[in-house]
Amino acid sequence: MTKTRAAGRTVGGLRTLSLQAPAVTLLLLWMIVPLAMTVWFSLQRYNLLMPEMTGFAGLENYRYLFTDPALWTAMGNTLLLVGSVLAITVVGGTLLAVLFQQEFPGRGVARVLAISPFFVMPTVSALVWKNMMMHPANGVLSWLAESFGLPAVDWFSSLPLTSIVIIVSWQWLPFALLILLTAIQSLDDDQVEAARMDGAGPVAIFFFITLPHLKRAISVVIMIEMIFLLTIFAEIFVTTSGGPGLATTNLAYLIYIQALLDFDVGMASAGGVVAIILANIVAIFLVRMVAKNLES
Amino acid sequence: MSTAKTKTLAATDGQASVAQPSRTTWLTSARTRRLGLTALGWTIACLIFFPIFWMVLTGFKTESAAIADPSLIFSPTLESYIAVQARADYFKFALNSVVVALGSTLAALALAIPSAYSMAFLPTRRTKGTLLWMLSTKMLPPVGVLVPIYLLFRDVGLLDTRTGLTIVYTLMNLPIVVWMLYTFFKDLPKDILEAGRMDGASTLQEVCFLLLPLTLPGIASTGLLSVILSWNEAFWSLNLTSSKAAPLTAYIASFSSPEGLFWAKLSAASTMAIAPILVFGWLTQKQMVRGLTFGAVK
Repeated sequence: MTKTRAAGRTVGGLRTLSLQAPAVTLLLLWMIVPLAMTVWFSLQRYNLLMPEMTGFAGLENYRYLFTDPALWTAMGNTLLLVGSVLAITVVGGTLLAVLFQQEFPGRGVARVLAISPFFVMPTVSALVWKNMMMHPANGVLSWLAESFGLPAVDWFSSLPLTSIVIIVSWQWLPFALLILLTAIQSLDDDQVEAARMDGAGPVAIFFFITLPHLKRAISVVIMIEMIFLLTIFAEIFVTTSGGPGLATTNLAYLIYIQALLDFDVGMASAGGVVAIILANIVAIFLVRMVAKNLES
Repeated sequence: MSTAKTKTLAATDGQASVAQPSRTTWLTSARTRRLGLTALGWTIACLIFFPIFWMVLTGFKTESAAIADPSLIFSPTLESYIAVQARADYFKFALNSVVVALGSTLAALALAIPSAYSMAFLPTRRTKGTLLWMLSTKMLPPVGVLVPIYLLFRDVGLLDTRTGLTIVYTLMNLPIVVWMLYTFFKDLPKDILEAGRMDGASTLQEVCFLLLPLTLPGIASTGLLSVILSWNEAFWSLNLTSSKAAPLTAYIASFSSPEGLFWAKLSAASTMAIAPILVFGWLTQKQMVRGLTFGAVK
């Protein structure tokens, strides 16, 4: 009996190895090779337009990068973009989750409508907002403003970053809603009922029961959104191309400009390393939280 | 719900003899509350959905009506759809999207099923670490590795090919697919597979005849999430493809330059590009939360 069990275990170990090998090997390659190359390139003089300039550069690329005002503008824009979108989507998503948890006729359809923007490809949502909503002459928003006697706003030239924030929030609010709505459904009805019996108003119930219950889901939403929002690209690419000036250039777009438009591989790689470090600061917390959940 | 309602109503009836006036105010306020909720819920849902609705509507307008003052009243026409279809290239891009999304999903499933199976049913001390490590590869921002991937693809001739994009999407979605499958497999009672093993089923038979049929809904929603993510992906597709292998995300982006001339056609093309994914998303929204949050929210 013990013999067969022991044999079973070794066979199991072998089986585990062979079953996991393909996925693990490929992911390992996918992670290590480009990562190592990015770090390596970031230490090299490597510009596709100047092939004669090669060799080890040490930290020169980083020095240029960190003394380039464009980097700080881009960092500032990245933080503003991430911060505003997070605030809007988390607060809005929580309130909407509470709203769509209430019983009302057609709730199911209303939920589906509210979640839909998350499934629209980024280039489509950016173009729909750019051309049909925010266009200064023919957009719905300017038409609305004019019918109220207000001047039409030229969104992308006068409020470029705000416009991007609006578009990105429109895409990610449904994500927050979808996750938080799922989380709120596991809220114990009896607990809410008991609180109500004790005379707690809806506001008190929200702050002392609903919000603590959603705490974990909210932090998951914040971390996942952060990782994606740090490198928002398509929305900027399609609408403003980082302009006017550098007004809507974030870190991802700056790296794109350096790599594929200026062909400065060394500088772009240094920027890439910065982006990776930023994302990993967030990622550590997320991985820890998921790990805790895996144990329970 | 209806029983709960009768219960609360009965409860108020009980108190009614004591406090007659408060009962009527309670009832009217409950009704106004319900009415207010309905109005608020629907208004917000419609506001959020409005840009999509407007886009679909614009697709049925003529180009001149599309840039005229916003109006719900117009004579619908299929002219833009016909025009988009007539430009044969739309199908080329759509085909690229289909091939890449399906190809990467099938590849990811094929790689992930054995891996998730062994993690769920033959766990070792390293399983947890492997799962978390897979999750952490998702945290690598694509822009951080854009340069090396671009140069590698250029050197081996994968730039602007469907194969290249399929490889990228497969690896991009692999961690999510493994995680989602793992959570679905773990929910399956172990005894069922045990019984199969007792009857002398090999691992392959066990997976093909027991595991896969029993977890088919989970596998299907995992596959759908992978299709959705690949279909909508717009960083790699914009940077790694130009004309031959460009999927719909890149095709739609090409409308951004000749501004204001082709709104109806852009809308028609966009509607066709997002319609299937919207339906997939609606169908799998519940199970999708697992994959998107790596099992942290269920």
